[in-house]
Amino acid sequence: MHLILFLAFGAVCVAGAVNLLVQKHPINSALSLVVVMGSLAAEYLLLGAEFVAAVQVIVYAGAVMVLFVFVIMLLNAGEEEETKGSRVAMIFGIPGMLVGSLLIAWVLIEHSGNKSLAAGALPGPPKTIGWLLFHDYLLPFEVTSVLVLIAIMGAVVLAAAPASAGGRKD
Amino acid sequence: MLSIESFVAISLIKTVIALFVLLTAVAYTVWLERKVVGHMQNRWGPTRVGPFGLLQPLADGVKFMFKEDLIPPHVYKPLYMAAPMLAVVFALTSIAVIPVGNSISIGGIQTSLQIADVNIGLLIILGVTSLGVYGVALAGWSSNSKYSLLGGLRASAQMVSYEIALGLSLVGVLILSGSLSLREIVDAQSGTYWGVLPRWNIFPQFIAFFIYLMAAYAETNRIPFDLPEAETELVAGYHTEYSAMKFAMFFMAEYANMITVACVASLLFLGGWHGPRFGPPLLQAILPVFWFALRIFGFLFVYIWIRGTLPRFRYDQLMAFGWKFLLPLAIANLVVTALVVAIQS
Repeated sequence: MHLILFLAFGAVCVAGAVNLLVQKHPINSALSLVVVMGSLAAEYLLLGAEFVAAVQVIVYAGAVMVLFVFVIMLLNAGEEEETKGSRVAMIFGIPGMLVGSLLIAWVLIEHSGNKSLAAGALPGPPKTIGWLLFHDYLLPFEVTSVLVLIAIMGAVVLAAAPASAGGRKD
Repeated sequence: MLSIESFVAISLIKTVIALFVLLTAVAYTVWLERKVVGHMQNRWGPTRVGPFGLLQPLADGVKFMFKEDLIPPHVYKPLYMAAPMLAVVFALTSIAVIPVGNSISIGGIQTSLQIADVNIGLLIILGVTSLGVYGVALAGWSSNSKYSLLGGLRASAQMVSYEIALGLSLVGVLILSGSLSLREIVDAQSGTYWGVLPRWNIFPQFIAFFIYLMAAYAETNRIPFDLPEAETELVAGYHTEYSAMKFAMFFMAEYANMITVACVASLLFLGGWHGPRFGPPLLQAILPVFWFALRIFGFLFVYIWIRGTLPRFRYDQLMAFGWKFLLPLAIANLVVTALVVAIQS
């Protein structure tokens, strides 16, 4: 039952990702990405990581993608124009992608040994995640928060138009 | 452990009952609003259909079903059709994790008064309601009309902004009760302080409660934060181009969201279903559900009361209020709560 659901959501995820590329209208692409995020959350849930699944929905599907849709609505972006596609992308892109994904798969299989992850084996409850974040991985966690802070400050600097460039002074 | 067949059967029965109760509550919240606002404005509200106009929701439902379903020619049809469905589906889904009382046993089967008892119930509610913004945003965009687009834009900006203050105001409660399970949060509120004051989270967390109250009004697009459907500027905002049942679905979604917000407020701040229990066993079993319903009614009444009292904010006031007042206040409340809990333990 778990395996069937896992494969089904995996298929939905891949289909959403392909649809993202195929769709010509940006808002359809953005909504396909929402589907990808949602099915990823379902995969996490099936692996037993319910906290990560909930956060995936709240942060990615509920906040980040809403902002994507918001920007598309604000710019009123129309349909993309069809081009023949660049030749470089055809010659190098597709083989490159194949080699890259094979490499990742090989590394993952080599380094995980023969351990396969049982359904429901990941640390799920929020307490476990909190303990891991604030004890075992405290430094990486704090460094990430500094990184996010820098990104926020960068966004503020970019958004505040300089007065010399004719920005509003109010 | 239950067998899978009886688990499915029990869940199905509970889902049907919960949906029936929720939709009836939605219909009669509309009736209540029209009645209460009517009396506040020295009018009668609905009086013609049934005693006290009590059958008015049914008449409205029939009217919505038989009205012509106009689809303007300039809309982007796939999303135009999907938007009201998304809105109503996400609004109704969050009821699944809300507990309405202790567990009961019927015919030897012990079952909790809740469709799904999960240990991250609160996060699920937050997740589902954060997806609800898609219904509004896509309705505004796909209608291809300036009023709808402006309404949709306002709604998505407002809902994303106030979601942060809303989430942060709940963290204080989570620190106090140490759990994300709604049932455990309610259980942590049983008993009293100094023998008189009930041990509800609203007393240590009254700042968080008021932040939650205001952010929740903005999340559900209600007065004084109903900018997305400001009639004086935007006709009807994001649902301007919708008619008949599709319009009714947005309406249902709005009132279902109000009820969800009221449920969360009762569970997290007002002690859920705790209250005096007395009388014969049957009454003892029903009373917790009654106390819970009473709290929800009170919360909805305050919603309507404020609607009848306050004017609408201006848009820049709304954003400044959310980001410059509610958010810092919520963070300060969070820090103080964490400090107090850390010192006490």
